[in-house]
Parts: sequence; structure tokens; C-alpha cells
Amino acid sequence: MGDQILTTVDWARAQFALTAMYHWIFVPLTLGLSFLIAFFESIYVKTGNVEWKKLTKFWMTLFGVNFAIGIATGIILEFQFGTNWSNYSWMVGDIFGAPLAIEGIFAFFLEATFFAVMFFGWHRVSKGFHLFSTWMVAVGSNLSAVWILVANGWMQSPAGMSFNPDKARFEMQNFWDVALSPVAIHKFTHTTSSAFLLASLFVVGVSALFLLQARHQKMAKRSMVVAAVFGFVASIFCAFTGDEAAFNVAHRQPMKLAAMEGLYVGQEKAPLIAVGAINAGKRPGDDQPAFHQAVKIPGLLSLLANRDPNSFVPGIDDLVFGNAGQNVVGAEQRMITGRTAISALASYKEAKGRGDVAAATSALAIFDQNKGDLGYGYLSSAVQAVPPVAITFYSFHIMVVLGTLFPLIFLLVIYFAFRGTLESQRWLNLACFASIFLGYVAQQAGWVVAEVGRQPWAIQGLLPVGVASTNIAVSNVQTTFYIFLTLFTALLVAEIRIMVKQIKTGPEA
Amino acid sequence: MIGNLDHSTLQQLWWLITSVVGSLFLFLTFVQGGQTLIFTTADTEEEKALIINTMGRKWELTFTTLVLFGGALFAAFPLFYATSFGGAYWVWMLILFTFILQAVSYEYRKKPDNFLGARTYEIFMFINGSVGILLIGAAVGTFFTGSSFSLNMYNSVSWGTPYHGLEAALNLFNLAFGLFLVFLARTLGAMYIVNHVDYEPLVKRARKAALINLLWSLPFLLTILISLVTMDGFAVDPATGTIFVEKGKYLHNLLGMPVVLVMLLGGLVSVVYGVVATALLGKNGGIWFGGIGTVLVGLAIFSLAGYHNTAFYPSVTDLQSSLTIYNASSSRYTLTVMSYVAIAVPFVLGYIAYVWKLMDAKKLTLAELTSEDPNEMY
Ligand code: HDD
Ligand code: HEM
Ligand code: HEM
Repeated sequence: MGDQILTTVDWARAQFALTAMYHWIFVPLTLGLSFLIAFFESIYVKTGNVEWKKLTKFWMTLFGVNFAIGIATGIILEFQFGTNWSNYSWMVGDIFGAPLAIEGIFAFFLEATFFAVMFFGWHRVSKGFHLFSTWMVAVGSNLSAVWILVANGWMQSPAGMSFNPDKARFEMQNFWDVALSPVAIHKFTHTTSSAFLLASLFVVGVSALFLLQARHQKMAKRSMVVAAVFGFVASIFCAFTGDEAAFNVAHRQPMKLAAMEGLYVGQEKAPLIAVGAINAGKRPGDDQPAFHQAVKIPGLLSLLANRDPNSFVPGIDDLVFGNAGQNVVGAEQRMITGRTAISALASYKEAKGRGDVAAATSALAIFDQNKGDLGYGYLSSAVQAVPPVAITFYSFHIMVVLGTLFPLIFLLVIYFAFRGTLESQRWLNLACFASIFLGYVAQQAGWVVAEVGRQPWAIQGLLPVGVASTNIAVSNVQTTFYIFLTLFTALLVAEIRIMVKQIKTGPEA
Repeated sequence: MIGNLDHSTLQQLWWLITSVVGSLFLFLTFVQGGQTLIFTTADTEEEKALIINTMGRKWELTFTTLVLFGGALFAAFPLFYATSFGGAYWVWMLILFTFILQAVSYEYRKKPDNFLGARTYEIFMFINGSVGILLIGAAVGTFFTGSSFSLNMYNSVSWGTPYHGLEAALNLFNLAFGLFLVFLARTLGAMYIVNHVDYEPLVKRARKAALINLLWSLPFLLTILISLVTMDGFAVDPATGTIFVEKGKYLHNLLGMPVVLVMLLGGLVSVVYGVVATALLGKNGGIWFGGIGTVLVGLAIFSLAGYHNTAFYPSVTDLQSSLTIYNASSSRYTLTVMSYVAIAVPFVLGYIAYVWKLMDAKKLTLAELTSEDPNEMY
């Protein structure tokens, strides 16, 4: 491995991952904080108490600072599909482009239009219209999540399309199958609830800091109560939808599930790993142990994957080499099918070019029989179908552990708020403050599970990343990678400094 | 009804929709134009703040329109999206960089502890308004001058130069196009200031700036127009799909589509009238004539490139790789679905217009800048 040369695909992946992860620093806060602000302002409009207005404006300022850089990172992602993954964009643009365009029409304009009212409209529009605008920003932000997650869900589990051999691309057959696929739905419910959770942690954490410093106590406690209730509900929903996500993964991306749990040899009553240390030297098919150390809960993985604690869950080895006894077709077998499909496609094109209708028809028939495993035909060895196990495993476990911790924190906040002793809970307030950071860790970990865990596929089973990328010299992508890294990091530093300054100043300013 | 449209009608419809979005974007670049006026048209820090706050209420709209333009191209003409963004890599990347800079500049410029300093964010705005628009113009110019790329059997793009699109800026026509857009944006920006700011010294200078920038744009406009009517163009034979070079193609397009000719001339007249009204007749509404004119000119340009059996993204090195609205488009099914979605566009335009009216009902004054909560101002 050591001095392996990084290719265009590697840089394109690194660049995409970098920009996506930066985008995802800002987006979850936008998604959740927009609703919290709408709650705060609703209370203000309902009660007429200007304290709530002040509080609304304080959080709104932080929102604006975060929002701007969320947008800056978003535009890059949209165009990066073309710049980095141009073959991908052509092959699936017929399906994938539509959600992006719909997102623009339905979501981004709502945000953009009402954002200006929310910030600059206090004296220009009526109180009611201002409140309406604030709600529209929240709705708009969360609508953008719908469509982009439809797009992402489709890549994880393609549906509603067929391959057009003449154009060598996938074409949409049924929009509703794309828009309402179960993966799209769990993606949306899980990411938005996790975003509400993160924003609640943010509000609770910053407020806890005020309590620790004995500043703005009234405003801090008010914010904390609203956010903790919202956060508690969100965190329950987040765990519930996370379970739903895992169930879907088990059925649509079994390899990802196996990697999430470091399960090499499939078994009945498969255990969930509570904590474990992965054996980095382990390779598919060898007989090393998968873990140096692990605490297992028997049957729980089977329960998670199939809603039945006794059921069979395939492991990495089964999915690579096949397991006839359990009816698992391995990547090895699928590669043969995939190669047959690829060569039939080439014969079809060639025969068609010659005008040989009979040959073209028979080549097409062979292609149609084998096209389900098309993507596997591009792999050069079956173990390429295995994603990086350790990264996927650890990310998943970090997310789940934090996902169980957060509702407890919210509960404690609610409890002490009702006791009226929040300001004297030094340890809880410190924990709340620290949880802001942990919330971001869980968010990033979630996407790493989802995206690293689906490697090598740009589109599950159909298109490996190597084939998806743009045909361009590596130096170009490398250069832009470093430009993005520098630029986004500088802007992130600016953002954090401005945020810290605003928090230091507090709502009085 | 939409469900019964045939594929080529849908392709033409989607070229029109994309053109409308692109043309609206050109109008909305008054924001970028305004950003380039902060060092010249504004004399004091307050005037600068007035310009920035005026533009600051609209920058996201422009930005989002650009995003939608990209999204619409992806959805309707994915082969163009894949070919141009993947091939002319550097032009698009540089354009994007300038928009990243813009997106944070408004919000961060005046905030305490902003790390880079107000001046840096102002320079970012200037770069976005100048370099960003220039490159967008150069990229659109390649609709007429062509690029060097080829597509293989699987429609995967290979670019013919190591500069990946930057070579476009070296072509006289493309450069003229870019510079024309820069000065047009500045003209529009100045007219928007006149219409939206209530501060006489600045408004007075903005009136003058509108005229001066229009005059600056004229040589470039003439270069474009003369080239357009004289240059060879890229035609497609509708029966076979074969692409060939046709002498005087764009002149033929103009004459063959009189509506386009009318839009082009009408649009230019409207812009000029807007400027005259602003600079010489002391009127405030010139921006509307400028805006409508810009949209018409934009529509004319996109129509010339895409309709009348023309290849809108020609390849000069491999003629048959050139893209037309027919060979680059999405499937009939997808275009149909997208057309249903597009029914929402008038509603979107409707609420944008409503909010715009509401927010612009009162002009921006110096008093407002200083009296309000500092965090509510850019
Ligand atoms: C605060 C953040 C957060 C928290 C606490 C959790 N998640 Fe999560 N998770 C996300 C934030 C997230 C995310 C960032 O939103 C992801 C990335 C992709 C996606 O759809 O959501 C995600 C993805 C994701 C996936 C992969 C889905 C896929 O690949 O399609 C699974 C299986 C889970 N989650 C499961 C869980 C479980 C069982 C949790 C236990 C409580 C949990 N998550 C808590
Ligand atoms: C915002 C949070 C996201 C994060 C943190 C994230 C992370 C990543 C990472 C780490 C990779 C590279 C994986 C690897 O090569 O090992 C990747 C690839 C990719 N992701 Fe995501 N992603 C995010 C969202 C999305 C969304 C919403 C989409 C689609 C709409 C998407 C589409 C892709 C594509 C096309 C690739 C390149 C192909 C590939 O490597 O599989 N990502 N992402
Ligand atoms: C690779 C996939 C993604 C692409 C191409 C993308 C694209 C974009 C673009 C172009 C913008 C700027 C919009 C504007 O002009 O106002 C943006 C902002 C935004 N995006 Fe993404 N995005 C991606 C992933 C996501 C995900 C996964 C979510 C949510 C689940 C999301 C939610 C948002 C939100 C809420 C904003 C508003 C700005 C902000 O949050 O600060 N995006 N995105």
C-alpha cells in the first residue's frame, strides 16, 4: 500500500468527501435551528414579550453566520457531480438530475426569498408576515433535505429506472419509485431528526455556557427548556429512524451492514457488537479473528436486520465468496454475470453499428439477463466489493453510543429545569456544552457510515466509483482539492471566530 | 396535456425553460455589478455600506438562480452537464470559487472578529463581480465558438487541451462576451442603486455610473454582434443528426427566427432606454427596462445557440461530438415529469415578486443603516 500512487478517482473522492463533510458541518444546524427560531418567534408573537424577541434575534444572528457558509459549500457540491463524476452524471443524469432541479425550484427559493425578510424585514413587514417568513425558512431548509436525500437514497438503492443500451445510460421509468423509495424515506427522517437533535444540543450547550458564566440566565434557561424538549423528542425519533435505516441497509446493502458490525462469517442469532477492537490485519476469507476484543450481545444483530433474533445475517465472506446453503450469491459469482453483461453490451453496440439486427437482438437478450450485476463486471477482484471495515465499524458505533447518550442529557436538563435548579448543575452544564462537539462527531460519523460503507459503489451494484469519475489528469483534481481545503478551512475559522464573538457578546448587543 | 407532448417538443420546451432561468440570472447579476461599484461609485464608508446592504437583500436570489440554472441543465440536458463541467473543468471551478467567496462576504464583512478583515471581504465581492461574471460570459461564448472535446461510444468526455476550459477566455469573441456581461452587470447594478437607495450623493454618482458603464460595454457588444452575423456556425441536419459547419449560420438563425431578432433588438433598446432614463431623464425605474431588456437579450442569445437546427455546445475538434438539444437531453419520461414540476415555477416567481415588492416598498436610508440592530445590517 505504502507508496501507492493516488489516482484521479482517489482525489475526486477525497475532494467530494471533503466538500460534503464541510457542507455537513453547517447544514444540520441550519435544519434544526431554523425550527427552534420559529418556535422562539412564535412564542414572542403569542406573548408579545420582547424578551423572547431578543432571544429570537440572538439565535438568528448565529443562524445567519452558519447559513452563509452552508450555502458556500453547497454550490460546490451541486456542480461537483459534473466536474468530478462526469461519467456518472451522464449515466444517471436522467434520474439523478431531477431531484436536484426540484430542490432548487421548491426549496432553495423559499429559503432565499424568506431569509431576506427574516433578517431585514423586522421594520418592513408586519409581525405576522415576519413570523410566516421565519417558518418558511425552516420549511424551505428542510425541503432541500428531502430532495437531496432522495437523490442520495437512490444511489444507495436504485429504483424506478432501466438501462437504455442505445444511449448507454440509465433512464427513469417511474418517478414515484425514485421519490418514495424506502431508503429515501429513512434517509430523510433520520437525517432531519438527527439535525433537530444537533441544533437542540447547540442551543442547550451555548445556553449552558451562559449559565456557567452566570450571564443572561433568564434567556438561557428559556432557550434551554424549549430546545431540550425539542431535542428529546428528536433524539427518540432519531434512534427509531436509525433502527429503520439499519433494517433497510440489511436488505439493500448487506455488505454495508456486515462492515458496520465487522461480521465476516454469516450466522444465525448474529450478535451485535457493544464495544470491540477491530483486527486490522483481517482479510476476507482468511481465518484470523475479526476482533482483538469484543463484547457481544447475541441475537441482537439478527433482530435489527430481520426483526427476528434467530434469523441468518450474511457476513463479508459470504457476500464475497457466496454461501449456497443460505442462498447468498457472492461477488465472485456476480462478477461473472457482470462481465457477461458488459461484453454483451459491447457486442450489441457493435452489431448495431454493422446493421446486423439479428446479432444485436440476441446480444441484447444476453445483456438483459445479466444486467442486474452490471457493476460487478467492472471489478478486478471480488474483495474489491468490501468497503473499509474498520472505518465503517467505528463510525457506526460512535454514532450509536452517542445516540443513546443524548436523550439522557436532554432528560436531565428538563428534569432540573422543572426543579428550577438548572443554574447550579455545574457538571450537567459542562456536559451540555461538550455535547455540542459530540453532536457534530455523531453527524459526521453517520455520513461516513453511509458513504464509506457503500464503497466501491457510486450506485449500488451498478456503477463502481472508478467508472463514475471524470477523465481528467490527476493534477487538476489534486490542485482543486487543496484550494478547497485552504478556502473552506479559512472560512470555517472565520465562522467559528465570529460565532464565538457573538456568543461572548450575548443577546444584549 | 403535458403527458402527450412528444420528445422533441419537450426538448425545445426545456431549452426555453433553461434559457429563461439563465436570462433571469443575467438580470440578477445586478448584484455582482453592484459589488464592483463599491470602490468607485461609493465615496465614503457609509455609501459603501449602502451599496452592500442594498445588494445584500438580493444576493441569495441571484445565487439561487445560478444554482437552479445548474440543476435545470443537469436534469434536462445531462450530457451537457457531464461534458461541460467535467471537460471545461477549470472555468467552472474558478467561477464556483468566486461564488464561495461571495456567499460568506455579506454576512461576515461587518461582524466583529471576522478573521480576514472587512477589506478582504470587499475584495472577495469585487472578484465575484468581475472575474466570476467574466468567466461566465466566456463559458457562454463557447456556445458559439465551440470547445475542443470528444465523446466516446459511451459518451465519456475527453478534453482536447490541458487548460480544461480556461482557453475559452483567450478567444476574442468569448472575451468580448465576458466583458460585455461585466459592464452590463455594472450598468444594472448602478440602476438598481438609483431605484433602491435614498441618499442623493450616491444616487447621483450611480446615475452617471450607469451611463459610463453602458458606454464601456458598447465596443464589446459591437464585437459580439458583428461576429455573430458574420461567423460560421454549427448546424445539425435534422434528418440524420450529422453536424456540419455552415457559413453565416447565426445570421441565418436570426433571419429564420424573426422573433429572436426582435427580442435581441428590442432588448438592447430597452436596456439603452433604461440607462437614458436613469442618467439623463432623472427617472428611478430604469432598472426595470434594463432588467426586461437583459432577459430578452439573454433569451435571444440562448435561442440562437439552441434552436433552428443548431448545435449549442459545439466541438471544434470532433464535430460529431457536438451537443444539440436533442442528443444531449434527458429521456421523454424525465422531461415530462420535470414539466409537471415546472408548473410550480410561476408560483415561485409570484411569491418572489410579492416579497420583493414588500421589502423594496421603502428605500434604504442612511438612518436605517445606523439606527437598527447592528446584526441586522451587512
Ligand atoms: C446526531 C447525529 C446522529 C445520531 C445520534 C444517530 N445518527 Fe444515524 N446517521 C446520522 C446521524 C445520526 C446521519 C448523519 O444523519 C446519517 C448519515 C446518512 C443518513 O441517512 O443519516 C446517519 C446514518 C445512519 C445509518 C446508515 C444509513 C444508510 O446508509 O442508508 C444507520 C444504519 C444509522 N444512521 C443508524 C443509527 C442508529 C441505530 C442510531 C442510534 C441511536 C443513530 N443512527 C444515531
Ligand atoms: C453531507 C454529508 C455527506 C458526507 C459527509 C459524505 C461523505 C462522502 C464520502 C466520505 C465519500 C467518499 C467515500 C469514499 O470514497 O470512501 C463520498 C462519496 C460520494 N458521495 Fe457522499 N457524503 C455526503 C452526502 C452525500 C449526498 C447527499 C450525496 C448525493 C446526493 C452524496 C453523493 C456522493 C457521491 C456521488 C460520491 C462519490 C462516489 C463515491 O465515492 O461513492 N453524498 N461522500
Ligand atoms: C451532495 C449533495 C448535496 C448537494 C449537491 C447540495 C447542494 C446545495 C446547494 C447548491 C446549496 C446552496 C443553495 C442556495 O443557493 O441557497 C445548499 C445549501 C443547503 N443544503 Fe445542500 N447539498 C447537498 C447535501 C445536502 C444534504 C444531505 C442536506 C440535508 C439533509 C442539505 C441541505 C441543505 C441546506 C439546509 C442548505 C441551506 C444552507 C445551509 O444549510 O447553510 N444539503 N446545498
